[in-house]
Amino acid sequence: MTNMKSPRIAYGEALVELGEKNELVVALDADLAHATQTALFGERFKDRFFNLGIAEQNMMGVAAGLSLCGFIPFASTFAIFGAGRAFEQIRNSICYPKLNVKIAVTHGGVTVGEDGASHQAIEDISLMRSLPNMTVIVPCDAIETKKAVFAAADIEGPVYIRIARPVAPIITKEEDNFEIGKAKVLKEGKDVSIFATGLMVAKALEAAVTLGDRGIDATVINIHTIKPLDEDLILKEVAKTSKVITVEEHTILGGLGSAVAEVLVEKGMKAQMKRIGINDTFGQSGDPEQLLEHYGLSAQNIVKVAEEMVENLK
Amino acid sequence: MSVSRQTIEELQSKARIIRRHIVEMIAEAGSGHPGGSLSSADIVTALYFHVMNVDPKNPKWPERDRLVLSKGHAAPVVYAALAEKGFFPKEELLKLRKTGAMLQGHPDMKATPGLDMTTGSLGQGLSAANGMALAAKLDNKDYRVYVIMGDGEIQEGQIWEAAMTAAHYKLDNLTAFVDHNGLQIDGPITKVMSPESIQEKFKAFGWNVIDIDGHDIQQILEAVEEAKTVKGKPTVIVSKTVKGKGVPFMENQVGWHGKAPTLDQAKEALEIL
Ligand SMILES: Cc1ncc(C[n+]2csc(CCOP(=O)(O)OP(=O)(O)O)c2C)c(N)n1
Ligand SMILES: [Mg+2]
Repeated sequence: MTNMKSPRIAYGEALVELGEKNELVVALDADLAHATQTALFGERFKDRFFNLGIAEQNMMGVAAGLSLCGFIPFASTFAIFGAGRAFEQIRNSICYPKLNVKIAVTHGGVTVGEDGASHQAIEDISLMRSLPNMTVIVPCDAIETKKAVFAAADIEGPVYIRIARPVAPIITKEEDNFEIGKAKVLKEGKDVSIFATGLMVAKALEAAVTLGDRGIDATVINIHTIKPLDEDLILKEVAKTSKVITVEEHTILGGLGSAVAEVLVEKGMKAQMKRIGINDTFGQSGDPEQLLEHYGLSAQNIVKVAEEMVENLK
Repeated sequence: MSVSRQTIEELQSKARIIRRHIVEMIAEAGSGHPGGSLSSADIVTALYFHVMNVDPKNPKWPERDRLVLSKGHAAPVVYAALAEKGFFPKEELLKLRKTGAMLQGHPDMKATPGLDMTTGSLGQGLSAANGMALAAKLDNKDYRVYVIMGDGEIQEGQIWEAAMTAAHYKLDNLTAFVDHNGLQIDGPITKVMSPESIQEKFKAFGWNVIDIDGHDIQQILEAVEEAKTVKGKPTVIVSKTVKGKGVPFMENQVGWHGKAPTLDQAKEALEIL
């Protein structure tokens, strides 16, 4: 049985641990401290926690000011209200002056579920990736979330960490190395390269097992850092298979798929490519797993796409 | 004002029906926001069943009065009212938040007949209401625009940009409610980020301010009538309410902001309602 844990719980715990080690770490939230789990930090370090109320734009500005005076702020809310509502504050008050602010948002993607489209950020990776000086990390499970938090605190400059809401399978190990900007091959194969990010990494691994049973040998690569993108590894892997599938819980416009395509095209790499993601539409209310299925973000659909790709080339 | 005792009683019993729907639909959905839906129930009932001129047969009727539920998480209260009005079959209520449902977790005007605006991201509704009120003036129409905001929601800066706009353009065809239940998600509003004094702030922004008990139908109706007579400025009705009103174990409990009752708890609530 796979162990399960919500990445956002891991975020809350990691933040407390980080706070124990580094007293410059402060946390900010916008009336979602229990949902994002920054409340754990708030209980442990009362003086270093600031709840700004329902005022995300102001929160980003306050985080900028704290960082200017030497603190390492972690600002949290839902992905839509961080990357979305406060986009321009992040751009002009954090990224442009290259401030040391960490934006750790939860509830990325459609696995927000029942709250529906207004609360499901499916364009945040694209938005955050477009900002100069920004580092963008999308951890695939609870263990990787914790490592991302520590790694983000270790580097100087703005970092966006997109954290998933639901309880999700743990697919990495404590002892695995995590380095910002270094993608990880989780399974080697020779027929098709599947690049996935966030919760979709587990779906890709699941798909690879089924594909294996059907005689298709897939490589699965965890792109936990969308920016800076591990171009070398992408080129190396695609050179082996010439067949690329990207999977992301995000619009196919501007996210992981776009980032990978940009690299392949610009380096003149010839490959068949298919982006699996949300196809230029909004999300909706529903059970998270049902929604993933609806938008083609299931292991089953990855298998289907991979099979079609391999068939076509035979 | 001449509202008969009978009208008030009818509205009170309608509000009870709305509250029952709220509890049932959220319990059935297994998620949702009972606290803030229940606290707005009397205001929404008064608006839809006495004040607002709307036509369930013609939801897009250009002359209709409009309601923007700026605190979109309270969608169930408006869904219940729209179903009771006949905008769509009541069976839809029990499909709330399910995949493919007409009733989304937060108001989606493209999905639900009778909704005047899509909301859910707090702080944005008053601006849209301003636009509708400006349009009425441009078109020389006499429909009125109503908007309901949360007392936590008004921490958003956009609310105050919009408050400035409404006064600047003298939008006397706009009436706003603040559902002043004193709670948001992370605790009491005064502990998290105090927006007090709400009344003084709106006054300073150039609004006509009326204070009422937001569960007293008579006071709600009188305030709305007074707002219609005030010329040259928008009116805000600061409505003192109880979050979770009507369900004793939910009343004033911050934990019931965004949690569904179990089927047993719903049964207990329905016995009282
Ligand atoms: C921009 C934005 N930030 C955060 C949220 C998450 N959220 C939903 S309800 C809520 C609290 C609302 O409190 P209040 O306005 O007082 O509503 P009520 O008490 O009437 O339910 C929050 C923070 C949101 N929906 N939109
Ligand atoms: Mg409130």
